[in-house]
Amino acid sequence: MSLRLYAIAYLVFLYAPILLLPVFAFNDGTIIAFPLQGFTTEWFGELGRTAALHDAVQASLFIAVLSAILATCLGLCAARAGTMASFPGKRGVMGFIMLPLVLPEIIVAVSLLVVVVQVLDLGLSNWTIILAHTLICTPFCIAILNGAFANLDPSMEEAAIDLGETRWGAFRLITLPLVTPGIVSSLLISFTISLDEFIIAFFLSGNTPTMPVYIWGLLRFPEKLPVVMALGTILVALSILLLTIAEFYRRRGLARAGLRDTGGFL
Amino acid sequence: MAQRFGVTREVRRSVALISVPFLYAILLLALPLGAIVLFSFWTQDFLTIDTSFTLANYREALTQPIYTQLILRSLAISATVTVATVVLAFPIAYFVSFHLPPHRKSLWLFLITIPFWTSYLIRVFLWKVILGYNGVLNTSLTGLGLIDEPLTFILYNANAVVITLAHAFAPFAILPIFVALEKIDRSLLEASRDLGESRSTTFFRVTLPLAMPGVVAAVLIVFIPTIGDYVTPRLVGGPDGLMIANMIQTQFLRLNNAPLGAALALIAMVCVTVIALGFVWLNRRWLGGDGK
Repeated sequence: MSLRLYAIAYLVFLYAPILLLPVFAFNDGTIIAFPLQGFTTEWFGELGRTAALHDAVQASLFIAVLSAILATCLGLCAARAGTMASFPGKRGVMGFIMLPLVLPEIIVAVSLLVVVVQVLDLGLSNWTIILAHTLICTPFCIAILNGAFANLDPSMEEAAIDLGETRWGAFRLITLPLVTPGIVSSLLISFTISLDEFIIAFFLSGNTPTMPVYIWGLLRFPEKLPVVMALGTILVALSILLLTIAEFYRRRGLARAGLRDTGGFL
Repeated sequence: MAQRFGVTREVRRSVALISVPFLYAILLLALPLGAIVLFSFWTQDFLTIDTSFTLANYREALTQPIYTQLILRSLAISATVTVATVVLAFPIAYFVSFHLPPHRKSLWLFLITIPFWTSYLIRVFLWKVILGYNGVLNTSLTGLGLIDEPLTFILYNANAVVITLAHAFAPFAILPIFVALEKIDRSLLEASRDLGESRSTTFFRVTLPLAMPGVVAAVLIVFIPTIGDYVTPRLVGGPDGLMIANMIQTQFLRLNNAPLGAALALIAMVCVTVIALGFVWLNRRWLGGDGK
């Protein structure tokens, strides 16, 4: 029983920052502190009037969509290979691809910064962020897609090939529909990671900042903080929505693969 | 013969498939990391890079007190964060694995992971709001009459960094421990009880040793990335809570001294890796044959 109380207290600790966001987003005062001053939607209105924010949102969406697609494609290759025949060094190769999961993000950020700016002498742009985000999203995609590919009966694809389908046709018609929920989940998760990622984007952003980089700039101006709260509320609501959809598809994928749910994305 | 031929063909396809993400990781991770290593042996004067080999950056990083102090402090903060996160996380993982009916487990895990996926920057900033002098915690505690003066030891120092990072890395610690606990054969616990062990001795002699692979994984997955965080120290750490990543960031983006920044990043990585390997080695008897 006391363990249950502890678990609930821990959830309060986990959710405290998120639950406070909307409180201050609708608070009619520029100081982010109690007591509250009254209800207002002015901060949300100001979001609509800030042109620089719109550019940042656009850049972030562009980066997140492309990173999600690229990372999911790479994840598909790795997860598919994971279910196939083993070869010497396969574990090492897989381990290396999963490395960004534990590597401090600042290491990824500075090493790419050095290569792009100093070695290749190229300018920074949204594309450098896309490349880096694809790198850090791929391990998450692999983890999700492994779940979708595991327990997939290889005899179904073999049957399709025996009945005259090409290898690609068998994959497209048999395997792909079965792992589609996993793919949707993987796309949504990497989209969310990329949209929220700050450490790498801060090092690699060119002329147009991404949304987190833009928010970082705003944090220095106390009078802008309520607007940040409003923006944060929208972001968190959007993240929770996307995650819930992703979780729904991930479970459906597991059910199709005939797996018992072990829970969690990681 | 035909079968052997089939196997090699499948191996070839498997290699071809995996080479796509592998090449990507080589190009965008291995080569850039190599470049960082090279850079750390070079020097930079404003924008021109001097490519003659030198150990000057390492000498400077290891002799200037400011750098050694920052590295040691970062390691201490990361270690504290790791201990706090794992100790706080273990009961949660235990609760979800042992005390919840199976159909409720994934809901709880989902609830635990949601905050982790929401904007990191905004979460860190809200800890500043919670822990501040006029923050949520202080105003509620004074409002309740529990304290007279606002608490000041919880913001703009290392404590604030530990609290915020323990929050940020919670799911990273909970999930590996949960997976290890789920793998434990429940009949072993019954056997222990049947043979006369009490609840607590069963926990310490059966459950905990079997859960150690998860605990070790949790420690590594929290300890290694925390060393590279510069957002939390910058926002809630104050001058005494700054970490090595802040210095790396300054060297790269403000002082235009990429070689020194590279050397600092590599030294931090080597320290973390050595400590992590040492930790795994100390726990080798719990980890069994299959490594992870």
